[in-house]
Amino acid sequence: MTNLSDTTYPKHWAKTPFIKNGFLRWFLLVFAAIYLAAALGTMDIDIERIKEGLPRTQRFLDSFFPPNFADNRGVLWEGILESVWMAIISTVAGILLSVPVGLGAAKNLAPIWVYLVCRGIIAASRTFPEIILAIFAVKLFGFGPFAGFVALALGTIGFFAKLLAEDIENSSASQAEAIKATGANWFQWINYAIQPQVMPRMIGLSVYRLDINFRESAVVGIVGGGGIGATLNTSFSRYEFDTAAAILLIIILIVMCMEYSSSFLRKWVQ
Amino acid sequence: MPNYMQNGVEIWRLRTSLETWIRWFFWLIGLSIIFFAWNTISEKTVWFFVQDAPRQAVDIGSRMMPPKWSYLDKLWKPVWDTINIATLGTVIAMAIAVPVAFATARNTTPNILVRSIGLFVIVSSRSVNSLIWALILVFILGPGVLAGTIAIGLRSVGFCAKLIYESIEEIDQTQVEAIEATGASGAQKMIFGILPQVLPTIAGVGIYRWDINIRESTILGLVGAGGIGLQLNGSLNTLAWTQVSLILIVILATVFVSEWVSAKVRGAII
Repeated sequence: MTNLSDTTYPKHWAKTPFIKNGFLRWFLLVFAAIYLAAALGTMDIDIERIKEGLPRTQRFLDSFFPPNFADNRGVLWEGILESVWMAIISTVAGILLSVPVGLGAAKNLAPIWVYLVCRGIIAASRTFPEIILAIFAVKLFGFGPFAGFVALALGTIGFFAKLLAEDIENSSASQAEAIKATGANWFQWINYAIQPQVMPRMIGLSVYRLDINFRESAVVGIVGGGGIGATLNTSFSRYEFDTAAAILLIIILIVMCMEYSSSFLRKWVQ
Repeated sequence: MPNYMQNGVEIWRLRTSLETWIRWFFWLIGLSIIFFAWNTISEKTVWFFVQDAPRQAVDIGSRMMPPKWSYLDKLWKPVWDTINIATLGTVIAMAIAVPVAFATARNTTPNILVRSIGLFVIVSSRSVNSLIWALILVFILGPGVLAGTIAIGLRSVGFCAKLIYESIEEIDQTQVEAIEATGASGAQKMIFGILPQVLPTIAGVGIYRWDINIRESTILGLVGAGGIGLQLNGSLNTLAWTQVSLILIVILATVFVSEWVSAKVRGAII
């Protein structure tokens, strides 16, 4: 029998650290400190410029208020509608283009060389932001919403085809086998075995992508791709900040509505 | 039952006639919206330029080859700036996002008013694209890396805070109750009960957003907010196509490396 009172219990308790390896923890901390110092050093924060900027900021913010919806109502309305049409048509075109790419990028459907080509297309489209695609589209197709449409449609491929391919790879193989056993040809196989499995998620994702494309259509205009971004850019360069504020508010409002309705729709579909 | 009789034989159908009609009706509405959208866009397009596009593409492509490798020396600094913008922007974002997330999550929020303010912060930060934030900040702070960093930070707050507060709402309440049973104060409950549960999410979200921010910071230079976009814009404006192709290659490489790093780090932490 041991005497219970002889056992000593620790009086203090320390929280277990997040990164358990002590060496790694210290190494990361020191590395982070050195990096932060180096990065902040290159920031060249010009105090004089900021001091100069602060009263300007005051004036700048003052000129934002009150937002002016009235003066350029025609242009504003036109820009927003153009953005909406651009978002719709580029989502549709992007999805139509990404279905074959997505089918090709699914490991369980496509032969290896098709798989590699399609994965390459997806990687390229995902790497470059829509703005860079838009710059090149403007060079090729001239100013206007068509360039923005092409850029957004190409951007959609990277997003949609990747998720479609992943969803197909995760789909149940036994259903595919069952359809194949009935003697279905390739199209019937895709249509009756794969499509029903991935469809609900794809509908949700296309609504989500519509939402993203509308947001992006607000910026492709800055490089000449049409839409509300072009109107915003013009109002900035004409120093009509009250109109710019109105445009920003409208963008925020529409995005909020779209986000709300898209999450609602996705819940309803799934 | 959606069956119908044909020559006295009962035949199975997926849908009743009414359901079929409703479906056709929705298809009709959808297709007419798409058709209308396409019509509006194509009215604003100069089709001559579009027909000319393949020739333009070949022309620009031939001018871009071969990339001007000697220009690489001048790109190291912009690449370093781009990485700094993304990293420091993410740090700023996380510093703001964590308190906002705790203020917004249903189980940690002090009251409903704070929660709705938090939600508003999240939505407005998410709906304004980083390029637009940068456009505004360049006006206030002057062109440079600082404006880009803050733009990235402000843009990322919403994304990070949204994901973090959702994970705070999903924590295991029994652990918090256990801490509470020891007589812990509110702050202690937060630090020992809630924080350890969401720390992996916070780290994961930060790294994920850093990866996205690298992509976004490559384009901020287009509006003068520093990084490699500045060089891209300059080369595009001076029609130095061989430099443009080199910059695109550098962006591609940076994005691939950052994706690899973030995958590795996320794998190590979670």
